[in-house]
Amino acid sequence: MQNTTIAYDSKVEGEVIVTQADAVINWIRKHSVWPMPMGLACCAIELMAAGGARFDISRFGMEVMRFSPRQADCMIVAGTVTYKMAEVVRRIYDQMAEPKWVVAMGACASTGGMYRSYATLQGVDQIIPVDVYISGCPPRPEALLDAMIKLQDKIGAEHSVKNLFPAKADSKDVAEVTNKS
Amino acid sequence: MTTSDLALLKERFETLTERESSDHVAINCASAQLIDLCTVLRDDFGYDMLVDVTAVDWDAQSPRFTGIYHFLSTTKHEYLRVAVDCTDDINPALPSLTGLYAAANWHERETYDLMGIRYQGHPDLTRILMWDAYPYHPLRKDFPLAGIEVPLPADDVAEITGMSVKPAPMVGGPFVSSADGPMSQTEPRARDESWNEKKIKPCGK
Amino acid sequence: MATSKEISIGDAGARASELQGETMMLNVGPSHPTTHGVLRLKMELDGDVVKKCEPVLGYLHRGDEKIAESMTYNQFIPYTDRLDYIAPLSNNVAYALAVEKLANLEVPERCQAIRLLCCELARISSHLLGVGVYGMDAGAWTVFMYTFAEREKLYTLFEELTGARFTTSYTRIGGVARDIPDGWLGRVLEFSKGVLPVLDQVDKLLTRNRIFMDRTVGIGTISKADALAYGLTGPNLRACGVDLDLRKDKPYLGYENYDFEVPIGTNGDCYDRYLMRAEEIRQSVGIIRQCIDRFPEGSYYAEDAKKIFAPQKAKVLTSMEELIQNFMIVTEGPQIPAGEVYFEAENPKGALGFYIHSKGGGVPYRLKIRGPSFCNLSILDKLIPGHFLTDITVILGSLDFVMGECDR
Repeated sequence: MQNTTIAYDSKVEGEVIVTQADAVINWIRKHSVWPMPMGLACCAIELMAAGGARFDISRFGMEVMRFSPRQADCMIVAGTVTYKMAEVVRRIYDQMAEPKWVVAMGACASTGGMYRSYATLQGVDQIIPVDVYISGCPPRPEALLDAMIKLQDKIGAEHSVKNLFPAKADSKDVAEVTNKS
Repeated sequence: MTTSDLALLKERFETLTERESSDHVAINCASAQLIDLCTVLRDDFGYDMLVDVTAVDWDAQSPRFTGIYHFLSTTKHEYLRVAVDCTDDINPALPSLTGLYAAANWHERETYDLMGIRYQGHPDLTRILMWDAYPYHPLRKDFPLAGIEVPLPADDVAEITGMSVKPAPMVGGPFVSSADGPMSQTEPRARDESWNEKKIKPCGK
Repeated sequence: MATSKEISIGDAGARASELQGETMMLNVGPSHPTTHGVLRLKMELDGDVVKKCEPVLGYLHRGDEKIAESMTYNQFIPYTDRLDYIAPLSNNVAYALAVEKLANLEVPERCQAIRLLCCELARISSHLLGVGVYGMDAGAWTVFMYTFAEREKLYTLFEELTGARFTTSYTRIGGVARDIPDGWLGRVLEFSKGVLPVLDQVDKLLTRNRIFMDRTVGIGTISKADALAYGLTGPNLRACGVDLDLRKDKPYLGYENYDFEVPIGTNGDCYDRYLMRAEEIRQSVGIIRQCIDRFPEGSYYAEDAKKIFAPQKAKVLTSMEELIQNFMIVTEGPQIPAGEVYFEAENPKGALGFYIHSKGGGVPYRLKIRGPSFCNLSILDKLIPGHFLTDITVILGSLDFVMGECDR
């Protein structure tokens, strides 16, 4: 068997698979993304439905919805982010450990949605960097699963090993390096 | 409220006038009489539930603000609307009903938050829907829908992200219909030019 | 927080009074799995007992009422979906009824029957989630899974009717968006037959469950006087023993023609509120069956409301008068006469009220939404103190609020 990341020939190597470190690390990370559901409004209900029996996010290893940011990998911002809530979302994002990703679920989280008003943050990407945007109001659970698959593809393409050893600098630069992969 | 009840009420309070309404009986009341009227309504006429407290901003008129109260009698199954004009246009104030109905507490806080009407006698008149340091009263007619720029409520987050509470972009609509007249006459609607395609959204911080 | 003191084990008993009296500030939320949505509770704890609780709202305040002043009446309907986003159809209906009251418009019987069916299905949906999440909060995960599976069936029905699983935006001023599809009534009937066994299973899991009862009986008791004073409505009010159900007391949509009972509780504690919701699902199933039995024929919109309801597309594309009518209604909005109205509907969470002041034209001058959850939550700072910290999850779950209609 041979492809770009794994080389395995039982006749030659025996029971040993030769691969890139990146491939293994990314494979492990993408198949056990633990979401942190920042369920704010209606999209949270579709998020819960995706976790239910019909759509079953558990197939992807993501049913472990960790509300504690320390234990989560991916923050799914589901719902309208108001300016009052913005500081909370940012703080919780800061508390998440690297590597972390953000999925902006729904129109309100992506761009403010149909709430163009004085109180609504026009898109959660104004305060945290977003990896995947999902459109819809609310997006169907299938759309959420599609986005999580895209996130998995994105994780698969990261340079994880390089990011494990960031260049020595103050914390702001480190954050930039680890996020741009 | 039945007509006989209304007649009885008007006997007790002579200055009450009937207010035009599309459904329930509605009365206008002076702000000085409000507490007495509500006490009588609750104890003698059976209006035991205060369902709603709100206010309307008439903009260019005087009086500018009118407080609107809705009462429900759970025994008679009747609603009643009471409208109270605020005597002061610049610093509107009304007496607080928290002594009579506990529900008034949060409703009055919301009306203070969004309209700026101060309720005298309220135990804790602070903002409830916007954050405490927000300087404006959003539901007033002179406040734009898009909002006015103010700093974010949390200083540390504002520092890290460089964000503030920005007016929502209204260019490129139609996101809103204008109440000033037929749509054909109010195009273009770009009253807020605070955002355009040239300015990129900050992200990645 | 307690400062460090030197304590010798020997006289710990004597020092117990010194150790007490230091309370701890604990913040629950706004991002917390228990608070259904973004509610923040600032609490002062004395050990495990809550001494003071101050709810902080506004984390989902999106400016709906201000937006309403810039939208035509039909353009505002999607915003009403997102008030109580667990039962969006009932919000749509309540808003449409309020505006139609202002316009003094009566919709035909078929439209009323469609709307009533939507309201009752939304009630079942909301209570299924209420019971499911309540069970989950108390620790019973299975209940959540069962009720969510039933809700998925409801979502399929809603999708067939309106095009969206939830956030349906189905009603219009003067009618509904489209007529019911063929065979839909049969599928609703099938669903109503299927939900009762699931409810029985949930009943078996929860109602006489020792742990559930220990956690809910006698917890969060609200007295009748308090419930009326704080403006509680819906199952929360009826659990305290107050017989107020707007479907029976101020009937709308033809509710007076249906035969159903309104469950009234006795103690006003969390257990009663759970029983309320479970029983209301059963009553809703009864109403749905009666409604389908005598479903009237006719039109799904008010055909004589020329300035309010947009005409049929086929006519719009062929006839001049309908073209102009359609243009006016879409650009300037349904022309509603001037006036003031306040209408409350019995939503699953309580009484959702709309106060609309119109100066004529297609856009309201002032729209106030009286959210039932706003009033239901106001009792928290009186209700929670005296309970344990672990009772908070149960109390919040039993009040079954949703922040969309609380903060608007």
